Amino acid sequence: MLVPISWLKEYVDIDLTPEALAETLTLGGLEVEGITHIGEGWARDKVMVGQVLGVRQHPQADRLVLANVEYGADEPLEVVTGAPNLHVGDRGQKVVLALVGARLIDGHAEGTHYTVLKRGKIRGIESAGMVCSEKELGVSDEHTGIVILPDDAPVGKPLADYWGETVLDITLEANMARCLSVLGVAREVAALTGKTLKRPEQVTPPAGTPIDGHVAVQIADPDLCLRYSASLIRNVEIRPSPEWMQRRLALAGMRPINNVVDITNYVMLEIGQPLHAFDYHQVQPLAGGSVPTIVVRRAHPGETMTTLDGNLRQLNGDMLLITDGSGPVAIAGVMGGLESEITAQTHDILLEAANFQYINNRKTAGALKIPSEASYRFGRGVDPELTLVALERAISLLYSYGGGTPAQDYVDVYPGRTPDKVIDFRVSEVKRLLGLDLSAAEVAGLLRSLEFSCEELPGNVLRVGVPSYRLDVTISADLVEEVARLYGYDNLPTTLIDDQMPSQIPSRDLALEEHLRDVLVGVGLAEIITYSITSLESVAKLSPEGALPDPAEYIRLVNPLSSDHEYMRRTLMNTSLETLAANLRYQERAALFEIGNIYLRTEAQRLPDQPRRLSVALAGARAERSWLGQSDAMDFYDLKGVLEVLNQRFGVSTELVRSTHPSFHPGKAVDIVLDGAVIGVMGEVHPTVVSAFEIEAPHVGLLELDLEAFLGAAGSLIKFKPISRMPRMSEDLALVVAEDVRSDEVERTIREAGGALLADVVLFDVYRNAQLGAGRKSLAYNLTYQAPDRTLTTEQSAKLRERILRQVAQRHQAELRA
Amino acid sequence: MLAQLQELLDQGRASAAALTTAAQLDEWYSTYLGKKGALTTVLRGIGSLPAEDRPQAGKDANTVKVALEELYRARSEAIEREALQAELASGALDVFLPGRPASLGMMHLSSQTLREITAVFSRMGFGVLRSPEVEDDNTNFQLLNIPPHHPARDMWSTFYTDQPGLLLRPHTSPGQIYAMKKFAPEPFRVILPGKCYRYEQVTSRSEMMFHQVEAIAVGENITMGDLKGVLTYFARAMFGSERKVRLRPSYFPFTEPSAEVDIECYLCEGKGCPMCKHSGWLEILGSGMIHPQVLRNGGYDPERYSGFALGMGPERIAILRHNITDIRYFFGNDLRFLEQFA
Repeated sequence: MLVPISWLKEYVDIDLTPEALAETLTLGGLEVEGITHIGEGWARDKVMVGQVLGVRQHPQADRLVLANVEYGADEPLEVVTGAPNLHVGDRGQKVVLALVGARLIDGHAEGTHYTVLKRGKIRGIESAGMVCSEKELGVSDEHTGIVILPDDAPVGKPLADYWGETVLDITLEANMARCLSVLGVAREVAALTGKTLKRPEQVTPPAGTPIDGHVAVQIADPDLCLRYSASLIRNVEIRPSPEWMQRRLALAGMRPINNVVDITNYVMLEIGQPLHAFDYHQVQPLAGGSVPTIVVRRAHPGETMTTLDGNLRQLNGDMLLITDGSGPVAIAGVMGGLESEITAQTHDILLEAANFQYINNRKTAGALKIPSEASYRFGRGVDPELTLVALERAISLLYSYGGGTPAQDYVDVYPGRTPDKVIDFRVSEVKRLLGLDLSAAEVAGLLRSLEFSCEELPGNVLRVGVPSYRLDVTISADLVEEVARLYGYDNLPTTLIDDQMPSQIPSRDLALEEHLRDVLVGVGLAEIITYSITSLESVAKLSPEGALPDPAEYIRLVNPLSSDHEYMRRTLMNTSLETLAANLRYQERAALFEIGNIYLRTEAQRLPDQPRRLSVALAGARAERSWLGQSDAMDFYDLKGVLEVLNQRFGVSTELVRSTHPSFHPGKAVDIVLDGAVIGVMGEVHPTVVSAFEIEAPHVGLLELDLEAFLGAAGSLIKFKPISRMPRMSEDLALVVAEDVRSDEVERTIREAGGALLADVVLFDVYRNAQLGAGRKSLAYNLTYQAPDRTLTTEQSAKLRERILRQVAQRHQAELRA
Repeated sequence: MLAQLQELLDQGRASAAALTTAAQLDEWYSTYLGKKGALTTVLRGIGSLPAEDRPQAGKDANTVKVALEELYRARSEAIEREALQAELASGALDVFLPGRPASLGMMHLSSQTLREITAVFSRMGFGVLRSPEVEDDNTNFQLLNIPPHHPARDMWSTFYTDQPGLLLRPHTSPGQIYAMKKFAPEPFRVILPGKCYRYEQVTSRSEMMFHQVEAIAVGENITMGDLKGVLTYFARAMFGSERKVRLRPSYFPFTEPSAEVDIECYLCEGKGCPMCKHSGWLEILGSGMIHPQVLRNGGYDPERYSGFALGMGPERIAILRHNITDIRYFFGNDLRFLEQFA
C-alpha cells in the first residue's frame, strides 16, 4: 500500500525522518518495502511555482508559443513551449517553471532519462527555462500538456516545498487488513511513537429533508451482508475533484475520474471503508412500490449483469448482489453495474457504505477475476462500525467539492452486529509465552495505546475490551502478540531453552541415508537433485518403442506451470538420464546419483505412497583425460562395483538375476533381488533409449534402487572380527567351466568349501580361447588360506584345495586347468 | 699351495676393483667363490697334500676365502651405493606435470546445507523427522489454522493434484502436525527437512521446487525468548558469530506471535546495497510461537504447553552465503555449478 506521509500527518504528528518512520513501522510489523521521495531532485533555486503573465505566438513556428512567466524574480522570464494546454492570450495559470541548470527527465525519451536543462535557442528564440510536464518532473508519465497548479499556488515558492512528497510503500500481511488505510497506519504510528491519533477537521453540511421515505434497504441474506448503510445526497455537481485530492489519489496509485468517484475512493483510502455511489434516479422501486429500494441478496442461478467495465458477468448462487426493482445494480463489494453508474448527468446520489462477509467476497472476486480496491479490503475484513464514519466523511467532502446537500439521517440496516469482544487476560501469559516480566499496569499501558480498554481484575487479570477495528484479535495469544509488538521484539530477552530435555529420537533411516550419501561420494559420484514433477513424454523416452506410460498411474497436477512439469514422477531414471545428457554435452564423463521420492497413486489410502529411491547414472571416461593417458569408458562393471560397495558397506546381500526391464540392453542388465523380492535394476541402457536421451557414449550405466528396502536390510551396529596374525598361504586355481556357469556361484561354492580357513578369494582372470574349446571359459582364482590360531601345514592346505576342487567339480563341472 | 692361494687372492682383489655392475659382481663371485670357482678348485687340491700339511693349507684356504668374501661384500655395497647415487642423480621426475586425476564425488549444495543446518540444530537437542510431500489440504492448511478461502491462503501459491483434497505441500509446516501427533503429550524438539513446491514461474529468484527445514520445539516452559536464543545461535553458526540478527513482527496463521528473522546484510554489512534492497537486512526465515489452536490440533493442551516453530529455505541460505546469483542453478544440476561446492 502506498501512503503519502503528508496524508498520514493529518492523522498523527510525526517528528521522525521518513527513514526512521519506515524503520519503526517495519519493526512494528508493517514492513516498509520502499520510500519514494517525490521532488527530491527539484533544486529549490531552479524549479518553482510560476504564473503565466501572457502568451504570444512564436514568430517562427505555428506550434510553439512564448509564455511570459513570473516567478518571484525581479523580471519575468519568457520561455518557449509547445504545450497544447497553453494558448495565445492565456494568463493567470499557475505553472511549474524550471530554470537553466535544473535536472529534469527528458519528456520525449522512452523511460526515465535525466537531463540538465541548458540555455538554448528554439527556432531563433532564446529560452532560459521551460514550463514542465508531470513526466519531466518525474511525477507521472503524463507528457501531453504542462502541469497547471491550483490557483492558490504561491508564486516563486520552490516546487519541492509546495509539491514535494514522501510516499511509503508498505507491505501488509494478511492479518493487517486494519492498516489498509491512512487512518489504520496512522493509528499504528501513534501507538509505536507515543503520539495521539487526531482527526482532520471537516465541515458538517446543513442537512436537507429526512431520508425516510426516499430510500429503502432490505437485506435478504444477512449471513453475507453484515451491515448496509446509505445516504442520499442531492444536487451534486459532477466536476473534477480538487487538485490536491487528485494528487493524493495518484500518489496512492488510483486514477482520478470525477469528484464523486474520487471522493468515494479518497474516503476508502483514508478510512478503509469502501463506498459505492449510485445514480439515485436509476435505482428502481420494487414491483408495486414507489420508493427506490435496495435489496441485498444472493444471485439467482443463471443471472447476469454488466459491470462498470462493460463486461457481461455470469453469476452464480453464491455471489452476493445489490439489486433494485429492476435487477442487479452491483456485485456486492466487488464492482458496480454499468446502468446505475455516476455520469455527467447525475445530480442525486445514493451513497452506499456496507459490510460484506469476507470469505464470500473473496470467493466472488476470485471466481469473476475482478481484483478491485473494494474487494481487496472487503476480502480481508473491514470493521462494520466504519460505515457511518465513512458516509459522514464523504458527505462533508461532497458538500465542499460538489455542492451536494445530504438528506437528514441515514438508512442503516445492521443485522451482523456482534457484542463487544472482551478477553479476560491473565498477565502471567506474557511471562509464560514471551519470557518477559511485565506488570498488569505495564501491559495495560501498551494495549491502551491501540485503543484496547483495560480493567484490572483481582488475580493479576486484565479485562480487555477489544476495539471494533481489531477483527483479528479473539484470544489471549493475540494480546500477547500485541504486547510483544509494542514492547519491541528486539527488547525481548534472548534465552536458551530451559525445559525438560526431550527423549532423543533415533532416526535410523535418515542417518543411514546420510551415510549412503557419503559412501556414494566416496566412490566418485556427484549428487544431483532433479524436479519431482515430470512429463509423460520424458518418461516415454525410457521405452525403446517410445510408448507413453498410462497417465492413470500418475498423480497429475491440475494447475501445472507447463506441460514439462505436470506429472509426479514414478521413477528417477528419466531425469537422471536427462541430467547425464546435459552434462555430457560439455564434459567427457559424468557419474551421478540422486536420492529422492517417487509418488505412487494408491486407491486405498488418501495420501500416495512416497517411497525413497536411489538412482545412479554414469557414462564416459573412467577418469578425466590427462597426459598420463586416456582411460577406458565406464561400463556395466563400474556400476556393479558401486552396488558391491553398497552391499559391503551396509552389510546387505543382494542377489542378481538377468533383467527384462525394457529400458536396458537385454544382455547387460540385472534385477537386484533381496529376500526374493526385486528391489532394483541396473545395467547398460538400451541403445535406442540412449539415443532418445541424446547421449553420445559407448555405454550408459543406470541403476535404480528401492532405498527403504535396501537400507531396511542394512546391518545393525558392526561387531569387531579378530584379525589373524598367522601366516597366510596363497595359491592360484584356474577352473574351466561351461560358458553359462555363473562365476559368482562358483565363487560361492569355493567359499563354502573353503570354510573358515579360506581367508579370501579373488577372481583375477577370465578368458576364452580355442584351446579351451567353444562354449567354455577359464576362471582364475587366487585363494588365500589362513587359520585364526595356528600355522597351516602344507598337508592341511592341500586337503582344503582338494575339497574345493571336488565341490566345484560336483556343482559346476569345473575342471582344474592343467 | 700357499702361493696358489696368494695368487688367487691377488687376482681376485685386482679384478674386483674393476667391477661396476651387479651382474659383473655375480660373475666374479662364481669365478672365485662359486661351486665351480677357483677357490673350490684349490680346495680340492688339499686332499692330495701330505696329511701333516693339510691343517695349515686348510687354514690358509679359509683365510683366503674370508678375504674374498669380504672383497665381495665391500664391492657389492660399493656398487649398490653407486647405483643408488646414480639413480638419485638421474631419476628426477618432471614434478611440474599435472597429477593423475582422481575421480571425486560430491554432495549437492542443497544436501550440504541441509546437513549443516541439521548439525546446528542437533547440537541444541533437535532430532530429525520426515513428513510427506504430497499432502492433504487438511494437514497442510486447516489444521494449521488456515480454513478454505482464508485470505492467508494467498501466502502460498499451491500446486493441486487431480485427486481432490491432495496438493503438493508449499511449506514444511504440516510437518508440525505429524511431529506433535507423534510425540504428544511428551515435550520434543525436531527438525523436518524436505522438498516443497510452489506454483511460481521459475526465474532467477523463484523456483517451483525448493527445500525447507521446519524446526519445532514443544514443552511446558518454552518462550519466545527461547525462540530468539535458538535463532541467534543458528544465525551465528551459519553466518558468522558477529552477524547481527533481528526479529520483526510478521504473520503466519499457525503462530502467535509471529516473527520474521533478518540477518545483517553481509555484502554491505548493514549499510544498504542492492542485495538487501537498501535496508541493510536480509530475510532468512519465518518463525513464531505455535498458535494455541495448532497445539490443540496436535494433541497438546495450550494452557499447559507452549512451543515455537520456524521454517527456512536451505537454498535461500546457500544463495546468501555463497553469493549465488540465480536459484535455477540448484536443480539445473550443471556439474560446473555443483563442483564449485565440492
